[in-house]
Amino acid sequence: MKNEKKYLFDDPKNVKRVLHILYSCCALLLILDFVIHRHVIHSWENLWGFYPLYGFVGCVILVLVATWMRTFLMRDEGYYEKLGRNNSSGINKEKSTNKTTSNTGEHHVDD
Amino acid sequence: MWMIETPAFVPFFIGALIATFTRGVLRNSLMIAVPIISALHLWMVPEGIHLQFAFLDYQLSPYRVDKLSLMFGYVFHIAAFIAIIYSLHVKDTVQQVSAMLYAGSGLGAVFAGDLLTLFVFWELLAFTSVFLIWARRTQRSYTAGMRYLIIQVLSGVILLVGALFYAAENGTLAFGYIGLDGIAGWLIFIAFGIKCAFPIAHNWLTDAYPEATVTGTVFLSAFTTKVAVYALARAYPGTELLVYIGATMTCFPIFFAVIENDLRRVLAYSLINQVGFMVVGIGIGTALAINGAVSHAFNDVIFKGLLFMSMGAVLHMTGRINGSDLGGLYKTMPKTTVLCIVGAASISAFPLFSGFVSKSMVMSAALEEGYDWIWLMLLFASAGVFHHAGIKIPYFAFFAHDSGLRASDPPKNMLLAMAIAAGLCITIGIYPAALYSLLPYNTGYNPYDATHVLAQTQLLFFSALAFVWLNLKGLYPPELRSTNLDFDWVYRRAMPKVFQKVFNTIWATDRIVRDKLTAKLNRSFTYLAGKNNRLSSLLSQNHPSGSMAMWVAVVLAIYLLLSFVK
Repeated sequence: MKNEKKYLFDDPKNVKRVLHILYSCCALLLILDFVIHRHVIHSWENLWGFYPLYGFVGCVILVLVATWMRTFLMRDEGYYEKLGRNNSSGINKEKSTNKTTSNTGEHHVDD
Repeated sequence: MWMIETPAFVPFFIGALIATFTRGVLRNSLMIAVPIISALHLWMVPEGIHLQFAFLDYQLSPYRVDKLSLMFGYVFHIAAFIAIIYSLHVKDTVQQVSAMLYAGSGLGAVFAGDLLTLFVFWELLAFTSVFLIWARRTQRSYTAGMRYLIIQVLSGVILLVGALFYAAENGTLAFGYIGLDGIAGWLIFIAFGIKCAFPIAHNWLTDAYPEATVTGTVFLSAFTTKVAVYALARAYPGTELLVYIGATMTCFPIFFAVIENDLRRVLAYSLINQVGFMVVGIGIGTALAINGAVSHAFNDVIFKGLLFMSMGAVLHMTGRINGSDLGGLYKTMPKTTVLCIVGAASISAFPLFSGFVSKSMVMSAALEEGYDWIWLMLLFASAGVFHHAGIKIPYFAFFAHDSGLRASDPPKNMLLAMAIAAGLCITIGIYPAALYSLLPYNTGYNPYDATHVLAQTQLLFFSALAFVWLNLKGLYPPELRSTNLDFDWVYRRAMPKVFQKVFNTIWATDRIVRDKLTAKLNRSFTYLAGKNNRLSSLLSQNHPSGSMAMWVAVVLAIYLLLSFVK
């Protein structure tokens, strides 16, 4: 499908074509719901269009919730690396302050 | 006969030895030969315990073959074979050797008939695989590998303690059904759970796998979690807690996968999601559910490997793996694109692809046993996995906006490995009876009835429709360069910060206390010296000994002078 021709989807018409195929497949599947007699285990399955609806709504909710999660979960790319750098500089700072205290004449066993 | 008594891991360890000392074509052909010979050997081995000896007071059986372990044994051979072909171009002895040892350890673990042997291979899995992460030779991979190793070793230690408790409780180390009663049961359960990437303990996987080398991740994705699934299936079938843990595992990672930028990390999240289906199956514990869990593990090794391979090919050829940097690669990597789509269709459980014939067993079992809400969660997760692994991965790597990258298809060996995996995905999907004949139970299950096929196809097509609709509306979250916080934030950020604060406070207080004490000590010394001074002013003047020496010198000098004068 994708490798018959190079640069297949540079033409927006082809993209449209794929989308139309998808739409018609979806419509067909909905119609099949009437045609095929289904033996169901659960009563929810009996509802008309249960699976299509569940799939569609489920995915929309999934994406919307995930997008909302970004508001409090997203940090910049080097988030954890930055901590490492801060950490080491923090230790350095402490060491240097230690040195200054020892220079001013305080006597500590561990300096 | 000694041939039968040779455990399955031995050929791989010999292969590792060979890989250490050979190079070039010779090494490549020998390494391909190892899984083939070993698989043929395994094919001929009858079920039963083939190796047994006494250790202290316990009976150890390092090589036990039954239907359950054979299933994993076979798929590990397939995975090793495919991954070895995929990594033939790699000229890095560390990776070749550790990959062989790692595959061997996985085999050793699934054929272990006692807990002590299991523990040994459990730890070997950790120690051999970490080199596949470190072989990337970046600072990121080094620290991620360290975290990975610590967590894996921790799991092993808990397993050992659990095994000791188990031996004390039951007087045997035999590895069979354990169940959740007693301390031993819980400890071993936790150890398995860590390796199985249970929620909260899952971040070693999403942290380390994307940092491993291109070929290393393919190996990693096959063995560690599947060994854990095998161990759970052996020791905890029918444990209801697993149903809820598994259902959580199927659902929460898909949210992270949708917003994750690193496409191999997306796959790592979807790996947890797939393992969740297996864990649910084990938790339900009926013949159908166990069959579903085991066959899904079998299929997952292959299609997840295929997806990791296709993303590895993208990383190998372009040097990038972030969704935000990729796109439009179908133009110059058509073969990889098609193979990736086969993997994506398999993981999404499209009819005629391998995921369908195994996942549907778990779903049916959940319904039959009356786990309605669990079934709904699994259904949601099925739609979600299609959304992030089935559509997002191929879409953002190969289609979406044109990134301008014009990388060609990867080397032939990589394509061949992917083609083998894709072939297996389709073969199993079309002819599931071959897979079913290997399963531990005979349930006469048929995945291809009209109801089932229609339901699954409807679910998937309308999920795709949702993707299209969200994209057209501009509601789909764009790929952004970012880090998303997960539970690992607790031990990578919060705990270090808290510890730093605590220790800073401790050191500061310690310093103040010691300063005060020294001051007090000084004051008491001065006080004592002063007191002494007043008592006897001649003998103990507040003079340093230096001045004493000087006065002696002065006296002697005067004495000398006087002797001259005389």
